Amino acid sequence: MGGKVFAVLVILIALASAVPIISHTFLGATVAPPEDISTHGAEIDKQMDETMIEAGLSFLAAQIALGFFVWQFGGRKDGPVKNFPGGAKYLVVAAVLLVGAEAIALGALGSKAWAKVYFQPASADALPVQVQAGQFAFYFRYAGPDGKFGQIHPDKIDEGNSNFFGLDPENDIAARDDIQSGEFVVPVNKEIHLMMHAKDVGHSFYVRELRIQQDFVPGLDLSMHFTATKVGKYEIVCTQLCGLGHYNMKGYLNVMSQEDFDKWLRSQSNT
Amino acid sequence: MATTVQPPQADEILLPGHGNGSGGGFRGLTPQGGTRAVLDQAGEPTRTGIWVGLSAIAMMFAALTSALFVREGAATDWQHIILPPILWFNTLALVASSVALEIARRRVAAFMRGQEHSRSAAAFWLNATMFLGLVFVVGQYFAWLRLRSQGLYLPTNPNSSFFYVFTGVHVLHVLGGLGGLSRAMLRFRSFAHPLRKSTMDATSYYWHFMGLLWLYLLIVLWVKL
Amino acid sequence: MSEAQVHVAHHGPPTSFIRKHVFSLDHKVIGKQYYGLALVAVFTGMVLSWLMRIHLVWPNAPIPGLQFLSKVGAPGGVMTPEYYLSLMTMHGTLMVFFVLTNAPFAAFGNYFLPIQIGAEDMAFPRFNMMSFWTTFVAFLILIAAFFVGDGPPISGWTAYAPLSAVGGDSGPGQALGQTLWGLSIFVFCIASLLGSLNFIATTLDLRTKGMTLARMPIVSWAWFITSCIALLAFAVLLPACLLLILDRVAGTSFFIPAGLNVSDHLQPHQGGSPLLWQHLFWFFGHPEVYIAILPAIGIVSHILICNMRKPMLSHKVIIYCMMGIGFLSYMVWGHHMFLSGMNPFSALVFSFPTLMITIPATIMTLIWLGSLYGSNLRINSASLFCVGFISMFVSGGVSGFFLAQPSIDIYLHATYFVVGHFHMVMGVAAIMGVFAGTYFWYPKMTGRMMSETLGKWHFYLTLIGTYAIFMPFHYLGLAGNVRRYSAFTDDFLVPLIPVHKFITFAALFTGAVQLIFIFNLFYSRFKGAVAPPNPWECTSLEWSTPSSPPPFDNFGGQHLVVYHDPYQYGVKSSTGDYLMQTSPERAGETP
Repeated sequence: MGGKVFAVLVILIALASAVPIISHTFLGATVAPPEDISTHGAEIDKQMDETMIEAGLSFLAAQIALGFFVWQFGGRKDGPVKNFPGGAKYLVVAAVLLVGAEAIALGALGSKAWAKVYFQPASADALPVQVQAGQFAFYFRYAGPDGKFGQIHPDKIDEGNSNFFGLDPENDIAARDDIQSGEFVVPVNKEIHLMMHAKDVGHSFYVRELRIQQDFVPGLDLSMHFTATKVGKYEIVCTQLCGLGHYNMKGYLNVMSQEDFDKWLRSQSNT
Repeated sequence: MATTVQPPQADEILLPGHGNGSGGGFRGLTPQGGTRAVLDQAGEPTRTGIWVGLSAIAMMFAALTSALFVREGAATDWQHIILPPILWFNTLALVASSVALEIARRRVAAFMRGQEHSRSAAAFWLNATMFLGLVFVVGQYFAWLRLRSQGLYLPTNPNSSFFYVFTGVHVLHVLGGLGGLSRAMLRFRSFAHPLRKSTMDATSYYWHFMGLLWLYLLIVLWVKL
Repeated sequence: MSEAQVHVAHHGPPTSFIRKHVFSLDHKVIGKQYYGLALVAVFTGMVLSWLMRIHLVWPNAPIPGLQFLSKVGAPGGVMTPEYYLSLMTMHGTLMVFFVLTNAPFAAFGNYFLPIQIGAEDMAFPRFNMMSFWTTFVAFLILIAAFFVGDGPPISGWTAYAPLSAVGGDSGPGQALGQTLWGLSIFVFCIASLLGSLNFIATTLDLRTKGMTLARMPIVSWAWFITSCIALLAFAVLLPACLLLILDRVAGTSFFIPAGLNVSDHLQPHQGGSPLLWQHLFWFFGHPEVYIAILPAIGIVSHILICNMRKPMLSHKVIIYCMMGIGFLSYMVWGHHMFLSGMNPFSALVFSFPTLMITIPATIMTLIWLGSLYGSNLRINSASLFCVGFISMFVSGGVSGFFLAQPSIDIYLHATYFVVGHFHMVMGVAAIMGVFAGTYFWYPKMTGRMMSETLGKWHFYLTLIGTYAIFMPFHYLGLAGNVRRYSAFTDDFLVPLIPVHKFITFAALFTGAVQLIFIFNLFYSRFKGAVAPPNPWECTSLEWSTPSSPPPFDNFGGQHLVVYHDPYQYGVKSSTGDYLMQTSPERAGETP
C-alpha cells in the first residue's frame, strides 16, 4: 500500500481545490470577485486572472508530481535508486528562470495597474468628497456651493447633534454650507477625489466592485481617486480592525446618474 | 569557522590526554590545583556569545534610531532641546573607565600567565573601572534631573521622550555591565570559582561596547535632538 | 582521583527532583519543557479557534460554560463582538509566539542541536534555563489577560496603533489587557534573544572533532539560520513593545498623533506615527514567519533523507536557499503595508524581493520532489507528515504569489485570502513539521515507539481536515470576505455563511482528530513498543547516543569523532545501506 493512499488523496484534494476556482462557486455561494464597476479595475482583474493561471498550474503540477512520486516510489523496498535526470542543476536553473521570469513579468505588469491607482493624482476637475472614519461609521462631506470645506475640530465633534466632523459654522464661513451624509453618493462616470481622515483609530475603506482599498491613518491626510461606471448601490466596509464594532462598520456607495446626483445634492443643501 | 578543532590559546595550559573542542563550559584545574591559570575551554563560546549579544543590542539601538528618524518626519512638533552639559563629563568618565578596564584586563592576563605575582595592580584598575562606571551612572541621573528642572519630562515632547528612552535603555545596559564586572571581580578573588580569561575578555568587550555605543548615542542626540 | 585529570563538567548530573525536572540546566529537559509549553499553548489556541468558528456561524447561540471564563465577555454564554476579538487576539498571539517559535525551534532545537553536533550541552546552560523560564513567565503574563478587568486586548496579534496605544478609550480589553500583552511580548523577546544566543554560540563553537559546518545535518543548519534571524528580529520587537508601553502608561507620543477623538475623549498625545509601529512590528513580523517555517523545512528535509534512504539531490542548495530566504526576509516587511498609507512607490520596492523569495522556495520544493524520484521512500507517520508538509508548503506558497503583487493586494488585502495563506504555511505546514519531528524523534526522547497505526490515521484525517478548513478560506477571500469580523451581517457576506459553516465543521472535526495524537503521545510513553537505539537507521549523531533517552551528557563521556556527512545512504556498509557519521568505515559503492 505504501504511499498510495497519500498519492490518491493529494491528487484528489488538488483537483477538488481547483473546481471552485474554475466554477466560481462553492456550496452554492459565489466565490469570485463581483463585477468591476471602475475604470482601473480591468487591469487588476487581468493581473489576478494571469496570476491565477500561473499559480493554479504550478499548484496542480506540484501536487500531481508529489502524488505521482509518492505512489511510484513510496513503500518501495530495495528498488533501483536513481537520481532525477540532471540532478539539482537543471531544477535550480528551471526554478530561477521560470519563477524569475514570472515574477518580473507580473511585477512589471502589476506596477502599471498600481500606478494607475496610486501614482496619478486626481484630475483637477474631479469631484472632491471627504470621508471620515471613526468607531464605527463612515461619514461623508461635500463642500457645498462655495466649493470649500470648512475646518474640522476634533474637540467639537458632537454626534448627538449630527456634527460628525466637528465643524464650527458659527466662526467658519466655509463650513456653513458643507453637506454631511451617511451615504456616499456620487455621479456615475465622474472622477471622484476622496479625501480620507481618521477620527480615532486606524480604519480602512473597501469597495469590492470599485477595486479600491485604502487604510485611514490617524494623523495622515490620505486620498484616493476613482471613477464609477455603473449606477447602483455598493457596500463600503471597514477592513482594518478598529474595535468591537469593526464587523458592523459599513456604508453604501450610491452611484447615480448626474441629474439624480445634482438633485440629491440640492436636496441636502436645503435641509 | 570551518575547522572543528580550536587551537588552544597561548595563555592557556593544556592538560595531557584531554580531548579537544567538545562540550561547553568545562573548567579544569591546573595540575597544581592552584587557581592562577584556569583551563579555559569555554573560551570560544564565551567570546562568540558576547559578540552575538552585542549584535542584538546594536540592532535594538538601530531600531530606536530609525524610530527617531521616522518620528521626526511624522509631525511638526520636533522641539530642539539643549543637552545637559554634564553629559560631556559623563562621557569622559565612561571613556576613562574603558581605558581603566583595558589596563585591568591586561594586568589580569599577566597575573594569569604568572608574569605578575600579586593581584593588587589588576584589582586597583578593576576598582577604578567600577568607580568611573558608577560616576557615569550617577552623572546620567544628574542629567535627567537637569532636564526635569527645565520642565522636560518623558512625555513632554518627542525630543525629550527620545532623550530619556535612549539614555535610559543605555544606562540599564551599563548597569548590567557593572553587574558583570562585579561578578568578574568576585571571581578574580575566588578560589572555588576562579576567573577565566574568556570571562574577563567578554566583560571587557561588553563594557567597551557600552562606551562606543554611548559615543554613537551622544552624536545622535546632539545632531538630532 | 588523578591530579592531572580533574575534569569538572560545568554541571554534573543533577540529583534533586527540582534540578532534574524543573530548574534543569540540561538542554534535553529544557527542550521538553519548551515542547510541553507549546503543547499547552497550541491546545489553548485551538480551543480559542473553535470558539471563534462557532461564534461566526451561530453568533447568538450560547456556548455552554463560556460565561465562566468571562461574565462580561460572554453573558449567558453568548459571545459579545468584543470578546470574539479578544479570543482572536489571544489565538494569534499564542500560536505565533508560544507555538510556532517554541515548538519547531526552541523545543526540538534545544533537544537535538547539541546532540547532532556532538556537544554535551548548549554553550550557556544557565542562559538556556533562563530562556525557558522567561518564556514561561511571558506565557503567564499573557494568560493573565484573560482574568483581568475587561479581558484580553482586541487589537489582534499585530496590535496596530493607535487602537493598541491609546488605552481603554478605544475599546474593552484595551486598558490592562493590552498592557499585559505588551509586557508579555517584551519578556518573550528577551527570552528569545537568550535562546538565539545559545544556538549561535553552540553551533559555531561546540562542534565535535570532524564535525565541520558542511557535515552538520540540514536541520541543524536550519536551527542555526533561524537563530540568526531571530536574534535580529526580536531585537527590534523589544524596543517597539517598550515604546508602545510608554505611549500607554507614560503619556509619550511615539505612535499616537495629535487630535484624536476616541469615544468622545480627546487624546492628549501629539505628533506620533501609527505607521512607525507598523514598520517596527513588521520588520520583526516578517522574519518571524520564516523563523516559524525554516526549522520545519530543516526537520522535514532531515527526516525525508533518512526515509528515502538516499541523499537529497543537493544539500548545499537547500542550505543556500534557507540562507537566501533568511536574508531576503529582512527586505520584504512592507508587503504587509501596501495599503497602509506609506509612499506607494515603496510598495513596488517591497514587492520585488517578495516575489523573489518565491525562487528559493521553489528551488527547495523542486529539490524535494526531484529527490523523491528514484528513492525508496519508507512510509511511516513521520515521512507521511513530511510529504504532507510539501503539499501544504506548495498550497500556502502559491497564494503568497498573489499577495506579493500590490495591485492584486488592493482587492485581497484584509480578506480571508490572507488568512488562508498564512494558516496554510504556518498553521498547517509548520505544524506538520512539528508532527513529523515528534513521530521521528519520540523513540530517541523516550525510548519507545509511537503507534504507527494511530499516527497514520492522525495524518490522513489531519491532511483532509486542514485542507477542508483552509482551502475554502481562499475562495472566501476571492469573494472579498473581510477578516477579523466577529459576525457576517453585510449584504455580500450573508450568502457566504454556508461556506463558513462547512469550515466550522471541518475545524471541529480536525480538532477532534488531534486527540488521536495527544492520546498516542502520552499512551506510548508507557505502553509503546521499546525502541531500538536507531529505529529509523538514520546516520546523524543523535542516533549514536548510548541510550534512549540519551544520558545527561548525551554521549556517556565519549568524545565523538565524525568521519562523514550525514547523507551516507544507499551505500554498502557493515550496518546495511547506511553509514553513521561516527563510523570510521569508508563508504562502499552505491548499489
